[in-house]
Amino acid sequence: MQYWAIQTLNSLALGGLLFLLAAGFSLIFGLMRIANLTHGALFMLGAYIGVSVMRQWPNLWFAALAAGAAVAIFGGLLERFILRQIGGNVLGQVLVTLGVSFIIADACLLTWGGDPIPIPTPPLLQMPVRIGSFIFPAYRLAVVGIAVVVAIALYLLMERTRLGAMIRAGVDDPQMASAVGIPVSRLFSTVFCLGAALAGAGGVIGGPILSAYPGLDADMLPLALIVVILGGAGSLLGAFVGAFITGFVYTFGVALLPDLAYVILFLPMILVIAFRPRGLFGKFAA
Amino acid sequence: MATEALALDGVDALYGESHVLHGVSFSLAEGRVLALLGRNGAGKTTCMNTVIGFLRPRNGAVRVFGEPVQRLAPDVISRKGIGLVPQGRRVFARLTVKENLVVAHQKRGGAWTLERVFELFPRLKERQAQDAGSLSGGEQQMLAIARALMGNPRVLLLDEPSEGLAPLIVAEVGKTIARLKREGQSIVLVEQNIQLAFSLADEVVILNTGRVAFSGPLDQVRTNEALITQHLGVF
Repeated sequence: MQYWAIQTLNSLALGGLLFLLAAGFSLIFGLMRIANLTHGALFMLGAYIGVSVMRQWPNLWFAALAAGAAVAIFGGLLERFILRQIGGNVLGQVLVTLGVSFIIADACLLTWGGDPIPIPTPPLLQMPVRIGSFIFPAYRLAVVGIAVVVAIALYLLMERTRLGAMIRAGVDDPQMASAVGIPVSRLFSTVFCLGAALAGAGGVIGGPILSAYPGLDADMLPLALIVVILGGAGSLLGAFVGAFITGFVYTFGVALLPDLAYVILFLPMILVIAFRPRGLFGKFAA
Repeated sequence: MATEALALDGVDALYGESHVLHGVSFSLAEGRVLALLGRNGAGKTTCMNTVIGFLRPRNGAVRVFGEPVQRLAPDVISRKGIGLVPQGRRVFARLTVKENLVVAHQKRGGAWTLERVFELFPRLKERQAQDAGSLSGGEQQMLAIARALMGNPRVLLLDEPSEGLAPLIVAEVGKTIARLKREGQSIVLVEQNIQLAFSLADEVVILNTGRVAFSGPLDQVRTNEALITQHLGVF
């Protein structure tokens, strides 16, 4: 029983991390129709920046904020000076973001070396938590909690504020939104930065579970893609539900049928593409 | 001489390679209503799209209270005081009625607030929490007008506000426009419904295949059957 309970918690923790990663990916894709393939690399870059920050100031939460801010700035520059220049060229943007993610990966390898670097769990969350007869690692519970808090904050931002309504107006009809005075392109840049910040901070928060290692980007990006295709691009609820489904399918797939883990992972995605191309909660086909 | 609120000055506009406006010039004085008329494809909506900045003119100038805006982006032009009620209404279908209005609010020292707009359109107040996409055509038209007013526009562009509406609703829309006119709102009205346009306009500009075929006060058009038959194809 303990084994299954732990697998369930692992699924939830992975789902939480995937939500932090995929929420930004989904918002950016839903809003700007940019399939930002640097998103996995931004997650990894965040993790490595967190490593460096923590060498100076060994506090995970501070490191997550710092990495989020740094990656947001990087994302903003990427959007402003590269992606916007080729706006409307979807294939061009896909290739450019893929290329930039290779550059980030190589730069990380050059800067931080090829060995995995563990990120320590905050001392307060190192002890296990006992719930009933089960013992859980506290940090994983905290990750789930963070994901839920971020999800609620994003929901309130998008659904309950004027800024969120402006962003949604920009998704609905960007041209008409600009005609009523909404600075659509500036809003989109803000959303891009926000998505990058979530990915960067997510990399640090995932650090105690995943650590920072070359290839983290390539491990995370397909998972983010699966989440967004399952949940539906541009939908926060979709990213949330998709992230936890993917967390469970991946964790239990690896545990039960390790040889078929990727089949089990990609099968739901194929079914969704075949039978419901806009995903569970999405607005348009991915 | 009245203040010039909006002017097109020798505007050439193209969609791709096809030339749709040829040296179009006309101007609207502050507080007046200008009806922009012509057959389908004459270039009326293109004029509106050029003013709001959806389309950049190849040549010529668009001026808002004397200031050239033809190189600016639509959101900047909107903040210069142009409000657009577009053809087909284009309300934000997935936003609530209230959100449609709130996102478009610009103060600009104007009098339009959510409360006043709801006063003008009580039906919108009743449905404020509903998604705009679930409204009827007439209600969506009211919402599109209300949304433009929320920006406190110095010039209001109305692109075929009667299109696709039942006669009773058209009358209601007409009454609303008449009230705005009485309150001193400067308006450009694009219409296929000639009676409606004539009942509201001070000035008339008739476009034919992207050129200004006539420009002058309403009285000169109303009595000129040849002009009406030739360019508007009614009566």
